[in-house]
Amino acid sequence: MAGSSDMTPPISPPLWLLAELTYRCPLHCIFCYNPTQYARLQTEMTTAQWVDVMRQARALGAAQLGFSGGEPMLRDDLEELVQEAHHLGFYTNLITSGVGLNEARARRLKDAGLDHVQLSFQDSTKELNDFLSHTKTFDLKQKVARIIKQHDWPMVMNCVLHRHNLPHVGKIIEMAEALEAEYLELANTQYYGWAWTNRDHLMPTHEQLIEAEAVVNRYRAQPNPSCRVLFVVPDYFEERPKACMNGWGAVFLAIAPDGTALPCHNARDLPGLNLPRVQDQPLADIWARSQAFNAYRGDSWMKPPCRDCDERHKDFGGCRCQAFLVTGDAAQADPVCSKSPHHSKIVELVRRAPEHRVTPIVFRSDSESRRLHPQD
Amino acid sequence: MTSPASPIASAAPSAQPPQTTAVPVELPAYPRLSRLFRLQYEPVQTAWVLLYPEGMVKLNDSAAEILRRCNGEISVSGIAAELETLFSTPNLGPQVRSLLQEGVRRGWIV
Repeated sequence: MAGSSDMTPPISPPLWLLAELTYRCPLHCIFCYNPTQYARLQTEMTTAQWVDVMRQARALGAAQLGFSGGEPMLRDDLEELVQEAHHLGFYTNLITSGVGLNEARARRLKDAGLDHVQLSFQDSTKELNDFLSHTKTFDLKQKVARIIKQHDWPMVMNCVLHRHNLPHVGKIIEMAEALEAEYLELANTQYYGWAWTNRDHLMPTHEQLIEAEAVVNRYRAQPNPSCRVLFVVPDYFEERPKACMNGWGAVFLAIAPDGTALPCHNARDLPGLNLPRVQDQPLADIWARSQAFNAYRGDSWMKPPCRDCDERHKDFGGCRCQAFLVTGDAAQADPVCSKSPHHSKIVELVRRAPEHRVTPIVFRSDSESRRLHPQD
Repeated sequence: MTSPASPIASAAPSAQPPQTTAVPVELPAYPRLSRLFRLQYEPVQTAWVLLYPEGMVKLNDSAAEILRRCNGEISVSGIAAELETLFSTPNLGPQVRSLLQEGVRRGWIV
């Protein structure tokens, strides 16, 4: 069994803890990566349970802690959790839509020791921002950006990119500069969760991506760009997969609202994983010994072409969720890779997206979640 | 919520400074760590790390010793002198300046 052989390298510590405090969210983004069955998963851990998880993770070596969701501001114990995390020595990141981050809570979060805020925008225009999130939040987000800067937090502005807003990349960079974001994360859509459901509506063209990347590169080439721009690769258009999670069970540990421990955000959708819960066993055992965290750790699980590939320790075979969604087998090579026998399926997903846009866009909501998963 | 892959790239423990041959940048007389970064010892990694929004850089011993002295009160040559004493090694000035220049390029040092 993987993990017990003398040949297996020692297990590295989880450096990144992602605390998905809640799946509740006031926004209805069509590219949300949360599980589409989230409305069936409404149990949330208590403050004390989260504190226990943070203590255990810190002892294992986790240094970065992301408070995420859903919308983490919906937890009224967020300040308490941030304070505990700060005392434990975590670098604390709040990953938010901005909804609920008013002056009073910002002050309390500052006092609690929050280190950084990542604020999402859906576009540089009010019309598209509010359409994609199905809320009137554009003006609110502008206001929240100012609150973040007033409290002297470094700010990462995040914008998920797709065919609707890729032509606006220049304007999005201008907005990030105007709001004094230190970093701008231009995150090309990754097709999981709601984004997988809506993939045909989101899929850009190759030409759009080339143009957007050229705009980013022109900005970066300026003498003193005030904002550092990260352009997350659109992997469906690449020949090699991303090093997803930096390897399974290598650095990343996500805890879902109900206490399920996940080797990646979307692992819940993979078959054959016996996902552990933090209520049932110590985090150290979950990380080192659970079936789920060892399922794709290292390289002993790999099949050809990954098994014999000289790049297998560079990209770790890519993304397990993508392999499952596209090939039906999570142990296949990520089909984004041109060496995968299933690579043509990715090419087809891109090529045929326009003709599939006859189905309506599905906005993330409780009712759509239940409609998509009536059997649960 | 946003893209799942995003936090990981920057959290990569292998995110060591690349060996660049970029043109030298001007160093501040009394270097200090940017307020965007936090320097911290991590017992599990037995190493000093730089923490910043959604990212972490694991430092080797000499980089850590240099950055720990970037408090805005010690000059570049003062930092080099302290390290020469600490490591009982002469002429560490070029190495210190090279690391600090990389730090300036990466926004660690102001």
